[in-house]
Amino acid sequence: MGMTMTQKILAAHAGLDSVESGQLILVNLDLVLGNDITSPVAIREFNKLGKENVFDKEKVTMVMDHFAPNKDIKAAEQCKMCRDFCGEKSVTNFFDVGEMGIEHALLPEKGLVVAGDAVIGADSHTCTYGALGAFSTGVGSTDMACGMAIGKAWFKVPTAIKFNLTGKLNKYVSGKDVILHIIGMIGVDGALYKSMEFTGEGLKNLSMSDRLCIANMAIEAGAKNGIFEVDDITLDYIEKHSTRKPVVFKADDDAEYEQVIDIDLSQVKSTVAFPHLPENARTFDKIDEVKIDQVVIGSCTNGRLEDLIAAAEIMKGKKVAKNVRTIIIPATQKIYLEAMEMGLLKIFIESGAVVSTPTCGPCLGGHMGILAKGERAVATTNRNFVGRMGHPESEVYLASPEVAAASAIAGKLADPAVVMA
Amino acid sequence: MKYEGTVIKYGDNVDTDVIIPARYLNTIDKKELASHCMEDLDTTFVSRVKVGDIMVAGQNFGCGSSREHAPIAIKESGISIVIAKSFARIFYRNSINIGLGIVECPEAAEDIKEGDIVEADMDNGIIYNKTTGKQYKTAPFPDFVQKIIENGGLIQSIADGVIK
Repeated sequence: MGMTMTQKILAAHAGLDSVESGQLILVNLDLVLGNDITSPVAIREFNKLGKENVFDKEKVTMVMDHFAPNKDIKAAEQCKMCRDFCGEKSVTNFFDVGEMGIEHALLPEKGLVVAGDAVIGADSHTCTYGALGAFSTGVGSTDMACGMAIGKAWFKVPTAIKFNLTGKLNKYVSGKDVILHIIGMIGVDGALYKSMEFTGEGLKNLSMSDRLCIANMAIEAGAKNGIFEVDDITLDYIEKHSTRKPVVFKADDDAEYEQVIDIDLSQVKSTVAFPHLPENARTFDKIDEVKIDQVVIGSCTNGRLEDLIAAAEIMKGKKVAKNVRTIIIPATQKIYLEAMEMGLLKIFIESGAVVSTPTCGPCLGGHMGILAKGERAVATTNRNFVGRMGHPESEVYLASPEVAAASAIAGKLADPAVVMA
Repeated sequence: MKYEGTVIKYGDNVDTDVIIPARYLNTIDKKELASHCMEDLDTTFVSRVKVGDIMVAGQNFGCGSSREHAPIAIKESGISIVIAKSFARIFYRNSINIGLGIVECPEAAEDIKEGDIVEADMDNGIIYNKTTGKQYKTAPFPDFVQKIIENGGLIQSIADGVIK
């Protein structure tokens, strides 16, 4: 029986010639990640093991991104706990304010993940690195603690859904629309416990930014991981960002998929996920007037340079609507700097938006843009659960940077193609 | 392991943001986390939950964020076991890793009602609703997972050398 991309990476990291779906295996890890929310719990558990050191100082990374720059005293204590631990254990890849960015934008940029890696992160959006052809999945703090201690994690080998991509996206449509369209189609548990494997001739028309965004939200369909077949675009990105050598795993021709779904990218429209689940996807032909109070453009899903370029193109020379607080959050320092050098920040500020230092901030209702009771936000983030961005009676509409920017200008949910017409 | 308790029931897609809202994630104190458990979904949970109570829910329980604070808050609030139609995968493994009882049983999760008295016999994979007299069979854990649970979680399994 042939293996999927994911199964091949897992087999290689478990020291096995082959694996089958359902098999329980112990996997050797190339990277173990945590943030300022999940690492403190992991450190508490790690300390129970009585181990003096982490399994590999180069292969553990902590990124202070959720409640950093410290939003309050308790958050400061949590970051300090991580800082002290990494200092004590000489963990090389500790990223604090000044160096940090949102973890899933930062790690690919720093070249810490390459194709063929097996990565766990105590953050559900760790599945992002599947865009690089790695097996990468979110876990909890205890898994992170054990990963830090022994460099291994247990997994049940997943089955998979194959997404066969064809065609090319239209103007003002991007990776976010593709993944919201898919989640709308299969539901928030449509890929539960499974891999989502992306392949097909349409891949060549998807930038790394689009792929990272799509893989990032695989978890919102319940998936264990999302992974893209490696091509020249991937290899080019890895070469530019990493000194490590990628290992390319292709699915066997006779690999078994539970389902094959064809997606014609040219048919994907601007899509918005309505409250309170990412599966509530609607296109503008099915959207009535939805007035908004806030727009957030950023997060591990859509805080990359290409996202900011797309938003700036729409906002250039226009003013955001009165009473729509528009918050732009470049995902890393490098993106922030590049956006500044390209003049994007000037466009945002002149349009009446604010630009924040990198942080997860409002995405999870942490800080930097919390919603009051009854308020509505259009956000390029990844979840619109009850209370996600603030008050339990506030609402989050998930959308692409293009839709978010157009909505900021219009003061209501807006189709970028209409705003730009 | 055998559990018996009164049922507190919820619906589908209960996410970790409502189990423990992110605004409380600036602490790792178990009691403090438990004091806000389920707050954005059910403000009465914390005041009415009793030690040993059983949580029953629909599909995809624990979806969303990987925060282990979610199963920690549920466990610390006194819930002995969660029975659901299905679980989100990160929540599922987190629960096993920290030793929160967890069982997938769509029929039981559909039938059992709020306030029912339920017995869950995990050694034999049997859920018995004492209120209605109805019994349900569940699949036992795979041996590997059973070993982690019997050892009191993943940390203890590594400390004891069960997993190397």
